[in-house]
Amino acid sequence: MPKRTDIKSILIVGSGPIVIGQACEFDYSGSQACKALREEGYKVILVNSNPATIMTDPQMADVTYIEPLVPEILEKIIAKERPDALLPTLGGQTGLNLSVELYKRGILKKYNVELIGADAEAIEKGEDREKFRESMIKIGLDVPLSIVVHSLKEALDWADKHKKYPLIIRPSFTLGGTGGGIAYNRDEFERMAAFGLSASPAGEILIEESLLGWKELEMEVMRDCKDQCIAICSIENFDPMGVHTGDSITIAPALTLTSKEYQLMREASFAIIREIGVKCGGSNIQFALNPVDGRMIIIEMNPRVSRSSALASKATGFPIAKVAAKLSVGYSLDELKNDITRETPACFEPAIDYVVAKVPRFAFEKFAGSDSTLTSSMKSVGEVMSIGRSFKECLQKALRSLEIGARGLGGGGKFGGNEVTDISAISNGLVRPTAERIFYIRYALLAGMSHEQISEYTKIDPWFINEVAGIVEIEKELESAGIQNLDANLLERAKKAGFTDLQIASICNTKIRNVKKLREEFGINTVYRLVDTCAAEFEAYTPYYYSTYGSENELKPSKRKKIMIIGGGPNRIGQGIEFDYCCVHASFALREAGYETIMVNSNPETVSTDYDTSDKLFFEPLTLEDVLEVYKQNDCDGAIVQFGGQTPLNLASELQENGVNIIGTSPESIDAAEDREIFKRILDKLHLRQPLNATATTPEDAYKLAGQIGFPILLRPSFVLGGRGMFIVYGMEDMKKVVREAFEAAPGKPVLLDKFLEDAIELDVDAISDGETTVIGGMLEHIEYAGVHSGDAAMVLPPHTLSESVLDEVRKATYDLAKELKVIGLMNIQFAIKKGEVYILEVNPRASRTVPFTSKAIGVPLAKIAARVMAGEKLKDLGFTKEVKIPYIAVKESVFPFVRFNGTAIMLSPEMRSTGEVMGLDKDLGMAFAKSQIAAQPGLPTSGNVFLSVKDHDKEMAVEIAKSLDKLGFKIFSTEGTAKVLQANGIPVTRTYKLNEGARPNVVDMIKNDEMALIINTPSGMYPRLDENHIRQEALLKKVCMITTIMGAYAAIKGIEAMKNKELDVKSLQEYMAILNETKK
Amino acid sequence: MNSAVLAFEDGTVYRGKPFGAKKTVLGEAVFNTSMMAYQELLTDPSNYMNILVMTFVEIGCYGINAEDSESGSIKAAGLVVARDCEIPSNWRSRMSLGEYLEKNGVPGISGVDTRTITRKIRMNGSLKACLSTEDISDEEAVRLAKEWSGIEGANFLKDVSCKKAYHFDDSAENIKPFELGGVHINTKPRTLPLFKCAAIDYGSKKSLLGSLAYSGFDITVFPASASAEEILEFAPQCVFLSSGAGDPEAAPEAAKTAAKLMEKLPMFGVGFGHQVITHALGAKTYKLKFGHHGGNYPVRNLETGKVKITSQNHSFAADAKSLENVGAVVTEINIEDNSVEGLRHKDLPVFSVQYHPESAPGGAGAPYPFDVFYELVKKNS
Repeated sequence: MPKRTDIKSILIVGSGPIVIGQACEFDYSGSQACKALREEGYKVILVNSNPATIMTDPQMADVTYIEPLVPEILEKIIAKERPDALLPTLGGQTGLNLSVELYKRGILKKYNVELIGADAEAIEKGEDREKFRESMIKIGLDVPLSIVVHSLKEALDWADKHKKYPLIIRPSFTLGGTGGGIAYNRDEFERMAAFGLSASPAGEILIEESLLGWKELEMEVMRDCKDQCIAICSIENFDPMGVHTGDSITIAPALTLTSKEYQLMREASFAIIREIGVKCGGSNIQFALNPVDGRMIIIEMNPRVSRSSALASKATGFPIAKVAAKLSVGYSLDELKNDITRETPACFEPAIDYVVAKVPRFAFEKFAGSDSTLTSSMKSVGEVMSIGRSFKECLQKALRSLEIGARGLGGGGKFGGNEVTDISAISNGLVRPTAERIFYIRYALLAGMSHEQISEYTKIDPWFINEVAGIVEIEKELESAGIQNLDANLLERAKKAGFTDLQIASICNTKIRNVKKLREEFGINTVYRLVDTCAAEFEAYTPYYYSTYGSENELKPSKRKKIMIIGGGPNRIGQGIEFDYCCVHASFALREAGYETIMVNSNPETVSTDYDTSDKLFFEPLTLEDVLEVYKQNDCDGAIVQFGGQTPLNLASELQENGVNIIGTSPESIDAAEDREIFKRILDKLHLRQPLNATATTPEDAYKLAGQIGFPILLRPSFVLGGRGMFIVYGMEDMKKVVREAFEAAPGKPVLLDKFLEDAIELDVDAISDGETTVIGGMLEHIEYAGVHSGDAAMVLPPHTLSESVLDEVRKATYDLAKELKVIGLMNIQFAIKKGEVYILEVNPRASRTVPFTSKAIGVPLAKIAARVMAGEKLKDLGFTKEVKIPYIAVKESVFPFVRFNGTAIMLSPEMRSTGEVMGLDKDLGMAFAKSQIAAQPGLPTSGNVFLSVKDHDKEMAVEIAKSLDKLGFKIFSTEGTAKVLQANGIPVTRTYKLNEGARPNVVDMIKNDEMALIINTPSGMYPRLDENHIRQEALLKKVCMITTIMGAYAAIKGIEAMKNKELDVKSLQEYMAILNETKK
Repeated sequence: MNSAVLAFEDGTVYRGKPFGAKKTVLGEAVFNTSMMAYQELLTDPSNYMNILVMTFVEIGCYGINAEDSESGSIKAAGLVVARDCEIPSNWRSRMSLGEYLEKNGVPGISGVDTRTITRKIRMNGSLKACLSTEDISDEEAVRLAKEWSGIEGANFLKDVSCKKAYHFDDSAENIKPFELGGVHINTKPRTLPLFKCAAIDYGSKKSLLGSLAYSGFDITVFPASASAEEILEFAPQCVFLSSGAGDPEAAPEAAKTAAKLMEKLPMFGVGFGHQVITHALGAKTYKLKFGHHGGNYPVRNLETGKVKITSQNHSFAADAKSLENVGAVVTEINIEDNSVEGLRHKDLPVFSVQYHPESAPGGAGAPYPFDVFYELVKKNS
């Protein structure tokens, strides 16, 4: 069927800020959808609150709204734009839920908007536990036994009836699964059920048959309006049931299923997508399979594009989101072409001739105090994907792609030696699923544990254990051969099993160059293969490559000028979508300028690894060896390292030493900015101020220097991103507690000590320079005082409190620094302003996290311009010579994953812990801030009770805040200290109890009873006290607006005032750009 | 030397690790893009005289089980894989792939670059090849490959067809669709009443006859050499022509027999059987460049307009133009290369499909050719 002509405009809802479980894969799918629909001539209206996305680039859609993703605001947009249709399946769970909510509220009906792709009924059937269960049973499929109960008797009756121990108990609405567990017998069950019922605020628990240890499998399937179904990819989890699939190592395609079993799973998937009623689009279906008898159970289905479908797209080359978008407007699969083969239609099932591994990346080190056991609640913050011609090869490639210091399995580096030899420690490491378990399998093998025993402990399929053992065997062979006896056969086997030259050199105790020499001698060379969707059956045109070892190289370098762009690798806290955004822009800009662009990256969630972003895509680990090989074999003319965050920067010097032409700011300048001594000299020369500081190489050294500088001190490791191991210490006691962690964050590197400027205002400046001209992109004033990591701070563009003379000083410093550091490209400077004096905190001659935000706010694609500048063009030729002054306000706010890390301190600190960001845009500062809060959720309340409890340092300012709150009609509750101060100032306040005072009702009771609308609580020491953290956890759980800094409270008051005084309205980016153009005239 | 050799008629030679039996074999190298199903493919008589190249890289992971074979033994001449897995893992597994090859006296080579070989076959077309796990030189292997007569013009029916007629065992375990605990989607009972069907065996897959039987037929299997008269003597209500091996053009007797039978009885053919019907109608077949061998071929039913994904394994195809000339109707086509995938006689109750309908049971591939056949027979009895 051809495309529909009865609809003209389509609304696409994005997935909002990056959070755990919902990352940039939805930018990838949303961007594909925008392109696909516009290509067909539809008017696309896009809404997303996340400015760091490619999809919110103003040229991606016809109308782009960066507004909060809540029904009230969506209604305003719908009323204004009157779209004919809403495509709900491309914005993750957020987009789906929001679309259903709009349907339920009757908004879609009111404005005559049709849901396309999947209708509300199908979405509900897929998402509602009970409805889904019924549907599955109806079509002859099994689901795990489960029941929701509200009393112990109900629970016991059910358990007695089914006798299916172990049983899983999950209390509803508790933080991080508090009060849940697995009961292996009736006694345990009774105890746990009773505890769970009391832990749940709703007095409700879910009891479920345990499938722990079963195999977990996934299918990606699609269906079109002609009821044609295809299976795109099967995925087998390395980790068995019990670990969230997002936290599991997963493999595509499934390896341990026979064809018959696979076919049945495929048929079941089609039956499900039909029964649920997804009319035209993709679905992800999860299965559990009993390894003993093959019993297969349906776990869940997502009637939308998902994280797994993004992975499946990258794994097979089949663009699921793009095809889903085209299907939603009426095309059938056979009417669409396969981009990769060009000739053949999209109505086929990809055949692959390689193995793909996805390995999650975690950030537990950022959430001290939380349990690092992997469970059914997802905790990973990113992932890598790798492709190899064997499972062994792709597993090792994936492990080294993680950038956690591991080189693969064995061969030195982190987890690559004999770190753990104690059998009981090894057993524990196998039984408990953690991020490191894969390395414990190696330790177990080295310690002589049998494969059966390892499989028994881990419940990982014996096939995978045998494969890991195969890698360890090769390691042992290499070790006993040494470089002298390393023959061609062994070396080739090692390379084909994914060992790098570095690993081999390390195992054979020799230099890398000796391994390289041997490889040359034996003719064992890296070759590149195409991801072609068809296992070489047809000729492929899409240049999407992976490296391996074999007899034929399919890479044919062109004669054009080629620039390599090194991506950011796996998402982690501090390095995520913002950097991918910059890499994508670099590629777009350089393609426009006539270069061939070559993208190297290992992150499957990204737009940069979409095969049509660059001229050539290499899905490779970002290590020196892998990146260098891509550069050399492509015969590149230059490489860009400043856009991918810390990952490419860490490689810069070594790449240069190996003959790579790094374009833009030189690695020397980048290092100069990081090197304390050199940087100090530069600042002195330019007469710029920085806080008193020193460099320590040992903890003892640090104590001594701290005495000289004087507390408070900001302690930080060098060469890390995201404030890893960064602390503000107020005394020697605090210092002793944390100094080791600072040293461990960057082993072998010194730790930096700065005098901490308390109550200083921080300012981030993004600028761009071509070596002659420097232009400021934006100055972003932090809302919180210094001490909150710039990645976590709320920011305002343009600065809202600083005077023009201070800003002029900042401008001059920026120009001088750009010149002195010979910046070609982007730079970011962090300033602190205390008592009118300007201090330089940090200079980073590279793309910063705020580049996408600033670019959207000022309507100038900074990363694109920077890429052109790096390739040799001048700012004046590119028409960007003047700082853009915007007649409106842009506020950036961060979102945090605390809810998933039970037990960790909930606070803002110098260590970055946010996963994503949102943007609030408005003419008015208060409203822009209010919008940013709504977008980050929960939004600001406009009435109700407020709990105000601040540290002594903030008490004075708390009075002012309390006055405003009182005037705005809030009822204030405070604990003793704050209450006294407020009373003394004549502000009405109700005294409430601290938790440790024992009296009830205390503040937690009030939160639990939905009696608190706002919590303002500033921490009293380096960490919040235990009871403070308890309050915060409860607030988090009940989604009560919580503010933990005094300046944040000031901004909140402004926001609340704005919300009370005026109507919230929406404006598209294109409208803002028009306003901007108007002012320019 | 512990080394296996795979040599092609064009002189290219690959060395790898031997596994399976110690033997030297000749055959046509065909690549198959199925990511699983090596057990079914090895035992499918359609792969007789084929040296099977699996494009997927990890082969043998789930071992060999007691249920999934398509015939009593391995029919392919040899197996070429990037890697053979020695320690399989699956609850149904009985032995490793290597053990199975050895038991069947079939050689295998692993550790060769199957993608390079696949690309070679794609660009050159199918090639004659020699696979040896014995100690022979490269030159010797190439010479043997060159000297082999090849598949074009070859009639393998006496090798792959049954020796004498027999009644197909239709006990439940032999014909019931595959099931797993927890997945009860193929719950349709066996179609009744049963029609008496004569199936001519050109090298049929077991599951093909099983699916046919389950769809409402009581089957007696005849060897390919059986005459029309012998078959009619048995008084069947319909005739089924099975899949099989070899060049259909080299089996004129089969076409003649089919031509006689189709005048009298409803007829359905699959794979080789479809090609025999093509010739019986007076139309032609031709050799495809490198054939269709895999589980992911999209086929459009020209009557419903719908596309389904099919499993295919054929090196020859019916010529559309010649079918048109004899008045046959092309009912289904492969939408990747527009080759003929199904046809029917313009007047007689005769039809056939090139793909393997038994590999996609149930409602997913509607209309299900076996059900179509049943209805056709019902209407004509």
